[in-house]
Amino acid sequence: MLRRVATFLFAAATWYLITWPYDFATGEFNIEISAAGLVVALIASIILGRVFAPVKHAHNILYRLFWAVLYLPILFFYIIIANLDVLYRIIHPKRPINPGIVKVKTSLKSASARTALANSITLTPGTLTVDMKENGVMYIHCINVHTEDLKQATQKITVRFEKILAKVFD
Amino acid sequence: MTNVIAFVLMGIGMAFNFFGCLGLIRFPDVYNRLQAGTKCVTLGTIFVLAGTAVFFGFTGTSSRAILCLVFILITSPTAAHAVSRGAHRAGVALWKKSVVDQYKKDKEGEKG
Repeated sequence: MLRRVATFLFAAATWYLITWPYDFATGEFNIEISAAGLVVALIASIILGRVFAPVKHAHNILYRLFWAVLYLPILFFYIIIANLDVLYRIIHPKRPINPGIVKVKTSLKSASARTALANSITLTPGTLTVDMKENGVMYIHCINVHTEDLKQATQKITVRFEKILAKVFD
Repeated sequence: MTNVIAFVLMGIGMAFNFFGCLGLIRFPDVYNRLQAGTKCVTLGTIFVLAGTAVFFGFTGTSSRAILCLVFILITSPTAAHAVSRGAHRAGVALWKKSVVDQYKKDKEGEKG
């Protein structure tokens, strides 16, 4: 039930963001579109409620939300750094790249946490997640390989996200 | 004033998109090109969409731009991951000056 409600709220929010039925300049409110959104969100939540949002993440929601909001600026900061780094490698005439695929091991357990970690790694400094195994081993393509050792690479690549993601998802 | 901010954001975004495309040409193999393709183009598109949102203010267009921004942030790394994994499994080799390929090593270890 909780999952259905969450799916309903998510679908309705997405619908209202796309259609935007209330015009703030003129104060007009389009009631047909709003009603249609509620109906569509209801149908979507009945059909898709089971596949969306694992229920074990439902407890402690404010605590998770707080860390998720805190995570965004950190991620954005690393994205900017990553882009400047890649930009430097692109426009440097000698193309100073040193690529390779290294292994790291994550301590995160849940699937959503690992997904978020893999996506964060792809978006940040010179790293691209290629594959992941059940036991938490991730294969990461680095544009500039510092170390081939598993522990050192883990320290360098994943740890800065893991602490916060563990608070958000695990 | 908001117009100036919007145009600056869009300008930064387009510069990042341009350099991302330049990286697609300059880098040597699939994986490095994906790096340029995901990072620079994602950030560039995010900046362009943020500029659009600032330009239109508190209206429906901005809400759509922000929604697109969120979806690009989620889907773009996922797509890059899928492409790189598919390429590696299909046997696309790394650049010949690459330092290390532990993924290949582990896969061969499983087979033999």
